[in-house]
Amino acid sequence: MDLRFTPEESAFREEVRTFIRDNLPREIHERMRLGYPPRKQDTIAWQRILNAQGWAGYNWPKEHGGPGWSPIQRMIFLEENLSAPAPELLSFNITMLGPVLIQFGTEAQKKRFLPRAANLDDWWCQGFSEPGAGSDLASLRTAAKRDGDHYVVNGQKIWTSTAHNADWCFCLVRTDPTAKKRQEGISFLLIDLRTPGIEVRPIISIDGSHHLNEVFFTDVRVPVENLVGEENRGWSVAKYLLGNERTGIARLGKSKERVRFAKEVAREVRKEGRPLIEDRGFRARVAQLEVDMKALEITQLRVVSAYAKAGGNRPDPLSSVLKIKGTELLQASSELVMDVGGPQAMPVWQQELAALANEPAIGPDWAPQMAPNYLMLRAASIYGGTNEIQKNILNKAVLGL
Amino acid sequence: MDFDPTEDQRLLGDSVARLLASEYSFEQRKSLLGTPTGWSERLWSHYAELGLLGLPISEEHGGFGGGPVDVMLLMQAFGRHLVLEPYLATVVLGGTALRLAGNAAQQGEVLPAIAEGSLKLAFAHGERQARYDLSDVRTTATRRGDGFVLEGAKSVVLHGDCADRLVVSARTAGREDEPEGISLFLVDAAAPGVARRGYALRDGTRAAEISLSGVALPREALLGPPDAGLPIVERVVEAGIAATAAEVIGAMEAMQAMTLDYLKTRQQFGRPIGDNQALQHRAAEMLVALEQGRSMAMLATMSLEEEDAAERARAVSMAKVGVGQAGRFVSQNAVQLHGGIGMTEEYAVGHFFRRVMVIEHLFGDTATHLDRLADQVA
Ligand SMILES: Cc1cc2nc3c(=O)[nH]c(=O)nc-3n(C[C@H](O)[C@H](O)[C@H](O)COP(=O)(O)OP(=O)(O)OC[C@H]3O[C@@H](n4cnc5c(N)ncnc54)[C@H](O)[C@@H]3O)c2cc1C
Repeated sequence: MDLRFTPEESAFREEVRTFIRDNLPREIHERMRLGYPPRKQDTIAWQRILNAQGWAGYNWPKEHGGPGWSPIQRMIFLEENLSAPAPELLSFNITMLGPVLIQFGTEAQKKRFLPRAANLDDWWCQGFSEPGAGSDLASLRTAAKRDGDHYVVNGQKIWTSTAHNADWCFCLVRTDPTAKKRQEGISFLLIDLRTPGIEVRPIISIDGSHHLNEVFFTDVRVPVENLVGEENRGWSVAKYLLGNERTGIARLGKSKERVRFAKEVAREVRKEGRPLIEDRGFRARVAQLEVDMKALEITQLRVVSAYAKAGGNRPDPLSSVLKIKGTELLQASSELVMDVGGPQAMPVWQQELAALANEPAIGPDWAPQMAPNYLMLRAASIYGGTNEIQKNILNKAVLGL
Repeated sequence: MDFDPTEDQRLLGDSVARLLASEYSFEQRKSLLGTPTGWSERLWSHYAELGLLGLPISEEHGGFGGGPVDVMLLMQAFGRHLVLEPYLATVVLGGTALRLAGNAAQQGEVLPAIAEGSLKLAFAHGERQARYDLSDVRTTATRRGDGFVLEGAKSVVLHGDCADRLVVSARTAGREDEPEGISLFLVDAAAPGVARRGYALRDGTRAAEISLSGVALPREALLGPPDAGLPIVERVVEAGIAATAAEVIGAMEAMQAMTLDYLKTRQQFGRPIGDNQALQHRAAEMLVALEQGRSMAMLATMSLEEEDAAERARAVSMAKVGVGQAGRFVSQNAVQLHGGIGMTEEYAVGHFFRRVMVIEHLFGDTATHLDRLADQVA
């Protein structure tokens, strides 16, 4: 047993860090350092830079255009990218669609979609959830009826993140409404969002942003060649997608970066005439977070190592531990930075709009973004399988209760 | 010991509940949020007619002669509907400053005008660098001739954009951070040298940045004793803490009710999600938090008239901590148990969430008050 990284792993970390430092556009870096989410063009620009380096498909095997990294290397890469902070790779393209096509896709699908997904020439979104099918995903009802060499899709998806930015959507649809088990009769379809009959409507979230959408399908004709895997076997594709690649699920690099930022700004903020960073209570709260992050870092390494040794195919139920604790820490670190901002974090104030209008900022330039970040991260324990559902998984798969 | 409202309080509560039920649905509130002022002048007059604006103001000044408990019951009702009007700024903060520090002339001029709804106040104390330190005042009031000249800036002044008069704190002596040397002034918001920039807070309520450059004041603008304004500021803030604590209780009640309703109606896996014992326990924990919070809101309210300043401050800090923690727990879980729908602007729970969030960051947050209590552990 040895908790230290090997010299090769440390050298790899250094290589990634240096590359990001030398290639991440300054403006994107500065926005993200201040806590602003990446804009669409930021995500595209950065993913293309990584793709030119051969790193965008960071978890894809070499023969499909990935770097062929080990699970430990992938984890190091993700952590460095998050803590830089740099825009995250578009997970729909890279961690969801890519591995699914590599595992289940036809040669034609791989050739057509993988390079464009890596380069973000196509922006993908995930059409799984429906109004009646959230935690109980298998109750989905959006129907796809075979008509010659097309499926005709009717129904509604909801909570479709970034659908308004997207070119394509990978969807779960019901192709056999008569199947005995609900999990049977579901198929995995790739849908071009420019097809007639599709309407994307915005949902504004409590942070005031437009991230979520409803997507309505009315007689949308999808060529059968866009079916991934076998008809009516889409559930195993979805399970593979959701279980696959859990190394990034904790997004630990993000929590680390936020706690680091909180410490930085706590030097500027005062409490009783001294910098807040000197306050015992504040330091105890940071220390507690650092303890929890350290534990999660080691737990994550254990899961990743076991995954590497097992040949990297079977999803580990312990990845639910990573999801639960990882999202709790993301939420706690966003609360910490917001609390440092205090009253100055409460105004609705968009720095960019203000700058255009030549208006001075309210409070420090980072503060007004801290409340929306905190608000949006409340969803971290909801999406990707709610934390309650993760606990149910642990009960069933590990505890046997 | 008596936890029951009086007959008068019950009647008042009923008429407020009726008014808000007909005027403050989620949709009606949303349309108010979309207006430039962000609240309703019409309802403000309604409040005046019902006697709400004069609730804690003495009968001699045209008020109702009520006390902290009356304000608590009203604020709780306001919390259930997320009322947007500048009641906290005008009646609670401004009104308390006037009642504690105003001389007969000032009170005679301002308090009746508040009660009849013709005058709005804002409490312009906080500054950008001060965060939660009440004695951290850089704004200065320099004596000139018979009066004063104000120089400085105030930050996140609640409803500072619509106020007719401002209660401004400024240094007449001492260094920044020194408890002595702060004085209060009653300033016309339209006076030359006062510039205001209004904006919304995350919960939709309004606030303003106020800059004061060369604002000339007559001697009569001084509110309370010179150089000894801090104890008044503290009492005003305590009144604000008690009132917003009650508001949080109302907001928690609303979130608890919405969540319970959702647990019973939302179906997943072929049954209501509330059939899962995990969620039943969570709802029970929310109830525990709500009731503990309610007790603390009562403590803050009943302590406002305590004469011993240290006792009073201690009780109010305890309440700020207790209500802050309860509010965070209840609102976070209310969103969580709603799943995706809880994250949307179109659904009410997120609006309550943000009101509770903003209140937690007013008048000293949970950590600040816990720290104050920690200093006193004996
Ligand atoms: C910001 C955000 C982005 C999203 N992005 C996407 C996307 O891009 N694509 C997509 O397809 N979906 C997306 N989702 C949807 C997300 O996957 C669902 O919200 C999630 O699966 C929960 O479903 P629900 O919202 O219907 O909540 P419900 O399933 O109705 O759950 C409500 C509450 O009940 C609890 N609950 C339900 N069942 C049980 C049980 N058996 N035991 C204990 N507790 C239970 C839940 O944990 C939750 O607290 C997104 C959601 C959010 C908030």
